[in-house]
Amino acid sequence: MEVSQKLIDDLAPKKFGRKGVIWTISLIIISIAGIIAYIDQVIKGQVVTNMNDYALWGIYISNFVFFVATSFVGAVTVAVLRLTNNSWRTPVVRIAEIISLASIIMAGLTIMIDMGRPDRLLYLFIHGRMQSPIIWDVIIIPTYIVICFLLLYFPLLPDLAILKNHFSKTNPKLSKWYGKLSLNWTGSEQQKKIQIKSIHIIAILIIPAGFILQTVDAWLFSTLFRVGWDSTNLGAYFISGASVAGVGALVTVVYVIRRTNKLEEYITDYHFDKLGKFLVLTCLIYLYFNINEYVIPEFTSKKEEISHLNHLYSGQYAPLFWFVIIGGLIIPVIVLLFKKGRKPLPMFYVGLLVVIGSWWKRFLIVTPTLLQPFLPIQGVPESWHHYFPSFHEWIITFATLAMALLIITFLVRYLPVIPIQRTADEQEETEISKSKISKTVKP
Amino acid sequence: MENSNKYNRRYFLDNGLKFGLAALIGGIGLSKLASKLYGKTNTNSGDKMELMTTDGTIIEVDASEVIDVSHSKDEEIKYNLREGMPNRKFVMVIDLAKCKNALKCQDACNKHHYITGEHAWLKVYKMQEEADTAPYWMPTTCMHCDHPACVTVCPVDATFKRRDGLVLIDNERCIGCRFCMAACPYSTRVFNWKEPDYGESSEIVMHMNMAHEPHNSIEFTGMPSKIGTVDKCDFCPHAIKENELPHCVTACPNGVFYFGDKYEDTVTNGDETLRLSKLLRDKSGYRLMEGLGTKPSVFYLPPVNRLVDFKDGLDDFRNFNSVEKIN
Repeated sequence: MEVSQKLIDDLAPKKFGRKGVIWTISLIIISIAGIIAYIDQVIKGQVVTNMNDYALWGIYISNFVFFVATSFVGAVTVAVLRLTNNSWRTPVVRIAEIISLASIIMAGLTIMIDMGRPDRLLYLFIHGRMQSPIIWDVIIIPTYIVICFLLLYFPLLPDLAILKNHFSKTNPKLSKWYGKLSLNWTGSEQQKKIQIKSIHIIAILIIPAGFILQTVDAWLFSTLFRVGWDSTNLGAYFISGASVAGVGALVTVVYVIRRTNKLEEYITDYHFDKLGKFLVLTCLIYLYFNINEYVIPEFTSKKEEISHLNHLYSGQYAPLFWFVIIGGLIIPVIVLLFKKGRKPLPMFYVGLLVVIGSWWKRFLIVTPTLLQPFLPIQGVPESWHHYFPSFHEWIITFATLAMALLIITFLVRYLPVIPIQRTADEQEETEISKSKISKTVKP
Repeated sequence: MENSNKYNRRYFLDNGLKFGLAALIGGIGLSKLASKLYGKTNTNSGDKMELMTTDGTIIEVDASEVIDVSHSKDEEIKYNLREGMPNRKFVMVIDLAKCKNALKCQDACNKHHYITGEHAWLKVYKMQEEADTAPYWMPTTCMHCDHPACVTVCPVDATFKRRDGLVLIDNERCIGCRFCMAACPYSTRVFNWKEPDYGESSEIVMHMNMAHEPHNSIEFTGMPSKIGTVDKCDFCPHAIKENELPHCVTACPNGVFYFGDKYEDTVTNGDETLRLSKLLRDKSGYRLMEGLGTKPSVFYLPPVNRLVDFKDGLDDFRNFNSVEKIN
């Protein structure tokens, strides 16, 4: 049970180097630019966006859906891998939890950016009506934030206690903070019992919560009449899509952290190989639902469905559509099916491709459908027949992405990204079993 | 042994509760009755009044028993802005056979609702179902559905359905999420992307016109428009209340729009008043996208036996603009 000094030295959070500082400052600058753009939007109204009465939702909504989707990674990796007893998850779960928490917090913020009257935010609580899917979102998002936070926090307790001792001489101030946050963790049997039980409850709770979150997000669209949204497929489609976005983001972030924090010894090719297989699985499931969405309606060939699909296949959004399908799904599947493709570096590029594809995928779910209303678009300016985000929208959206990365960056800076105590316990276990094997082999 | 004990206990509890409840109700009743009886004798003033009954006989009653009969002010009391006018159900019939895209309806609507955005509440679509079928002009207003998708999804009850059939928007409540706009299959809703710019001269006119009206009331739905909120055709409740027809109905030179009350089974376009049920039966009235189950309050009469040429309307057709800009 004793944690070796080497382990602590390796895994304890470290100060950023020059690159880290530049990275953080750039993120802060982008965030501030976004805040300024948002204030401008509040003053002038949403006329600063390129949205209109037809494309009435734009990248604010698709970005929101992306954040919600990415936040699913916590539920998938932590809970599902835990319940299926996949022990390879140990070095990546905390990173998954951090991504989840950052994404879901940003999802909550981005949805407000889309509101025409942010000053009336409280009306959602004062006048809220249960029948509206937006209220379901208002309920599930804060719930999920709490669950994500607890899932990150409870397993951290022993590590915080370790860090308290580790920093007691070099950085007493930081040590004091770790001490407070560790809630007087001593590692006693009783504390452990409570902790394990709590983690278990939260890990089970996050699965239905994650499923509800993704489904509610899908229902925001599938409760409406519009072609392309009005589909019973949408709940499962969103859940599988969220797994792709989440695991893709996890792969990318894990790779970067592994390099910057020099964790090659702990996050090995073995882990990337497993992550790669996991990503392939999610991509294949998502591909299945994409076939349901984009190919099967061709058979009945309903007029509206066909014009919607043609809009995607060969219309103004065709390049994007094919990039998302081929670049974001098919190429990753092909690359990851080979063992060489599951090495860290190719995995990083694939992960990046998947994340970018996932982001644009949300755009394709929201926008083309809105531009295919039941009655023709007439009597409005020519520019209303298309939608591409304005400068304000891009700046604000980049700022939300930067803020999410900023949350991740700060958490990585101050928390041990790989669970120290658990790694120590597992090392001990493997040593015991090794010695057992050697003992049995001897005679 | 144990069983019978349990049974007794339950039996006792059950009956005890029933008895207690009966005693309580009885007690309250008795005390009420007693207070009434005592009250009567106490307030008996001794003054007698002579009154005539409905059959003409003179009777004498104690003065304290005489109470003013409150006259029914039903119409005024019951007119709640969110409830609408009692016992009415407003409907519209649009006769596509008569429409030649004169756009007077749209102009009147834009003017009277002070529409300053890019998107009119009332639009006249150039429609053609298929290459082989004839083109026609189709004016659309808000359908004021009986099963409104927009109302279902509104998170804050800003858009609501009244008993008299109108679907309106409280723009003091709307949070601008635009979920209702996405929900509406008729694309009828418009959003105030910016602060409405009424222009200087028209602002004066607007104030003059609105001076005697309560501003910002639901009666003036969407007027004046508010930044960051949703607007749409309101069936002119401010006109209906004054027993006037909506502006599009009176403005139309071709008598395309009929407005009326479904319960009275009559609709009128200002010139002629018709039986709604007969009109719909005789001319095969239909509603837009009936299959969606939205149950619109707006009926269409098919564009058959047209007196006007479709091409006459092409001159006025404005594909990219529905609101005249104020300069």
